[in-house]
Amino acid sequence: MNELLLGLADDELVLGWRDSEWTGIAPVLEEDVAFSSIAQNEIGHARAVYQLLTDDADALAFDRALDEYRCAPLVELRLLDWAHTIARRWLYEEADRIRIAALRSDADPAVSGLAAKIDREEVYHRMHAEMWHERLRDESRFRDAVAELWPYALGVLEADQRAELARRVGLEEVAAVERGTHTDELAELWNEMTMVRRSAPAGAQW
Amino acid sequence: MSAEQVWSAFGEIPDPEIPVVSLVELGVIRSIDVQNGHVRVELTPTFLGCPALEAMKRALEEKVAALGGDADVRVISDDSWSTDKITPAGREKLRAAGLAPPAPREASAPALVQLQSNAFRCPYCNSAQTTLENIFGPTPCRSLRYCEGCRQPFEQFKTI
Repeated sequence: MNELLLGLADDELVLGWRDSEWTGIAPVLEEDVAFSSIAQNEIGHARAVYQLLTDDADALAFDRALDEYRCAPLVELRLLDWAHTIARRWLYEEADRIRIAALRSDADPAVSGLAAKIDREEVYHRMHAEMWHERLRDESRFRDAVAELWPYALGVLEADQRAELARRVGLEEVAAVERGTHTDELAELWNEMTMVRRSAPAGAQW
Repeated sequence: MSAEQVWSAFGEIPDPEIPVVSLVELGVIRSIDVQNGHVRVELTPTFLGCPALEAMKRALEEKVAALGGDADVRVISDDSWSTDKITPAGREKLRAAGLAPPAPREASAPALVQLQSNAFRCPYCNSAQTTLENIFGPTPCRSLRYCEGCRQPFEQFKTI
């Protein structure tokens, strides 16, 4: 299986779950709407990428053991603070645009076509992230959050794409928190997001 | 059964979330191929996370079955659908329902400054004095705006 695409899909699935945690409790009502919509899009992207890899997207999304997930530790973190949440959204979108741009010129037309579609939708996520970045960039709480999450953000990308990310966000490259190891927070999330599948292995009817 | 009959029948299927327009007016049916009662349809999603996609697929299959054919609906997840595919009649129906139709897709991606400009008109009073309230809205395909002219909030179709 294409590890790069699996990593992308797992990132979008897990970040979709994390972003959805703000639904109903964001600091302003408009952000409830924004985070719900962004989360829905990210999970839609995950589904479309899983469908490139398998005939049963649900099985791939939810029937794997914890150590089989390929998501980057950045998306796993359970962030309860708005400065950190916005720092992750901004750093993630900056990293994601670099790999999506690369996938747009993939030799497989199914991959490049889907990447172009995802890219169109991500434009709106980037606008949202940039708007908040503009608003918070001079706040020390936000700057500290960016510095804390920066090694994690580098881990979203392959090594050869990291210099471009560093240049885009204006930070020095440091040792990345790499894919392949998982945070304790993912175990908790995995338990929640696979619960229905595990309790109804034959498939739940709604 | 001819492809024309199938197109015409699909023109009667309302969009599951915005029922004022049909799936044909929304432009999500990319192609229809009919061979001996076997109907192959290419369906393009609006947004990848749109939950209406499955409902659209089922509605197309049921319509083909009602015509006496069997359907093979394939979802094509590429960049071939854009809001530019919404037909002129579909755009007018959206506007009449209070949903401002999307701006045309341009070569470069839409930018925040454009959404914050007054290039968007109120679907109720046609005023250009409208402001962006939220890039996001009740479904992935819509933004929220406010009209200073008639003091009415409205939904703006996002350009994709």
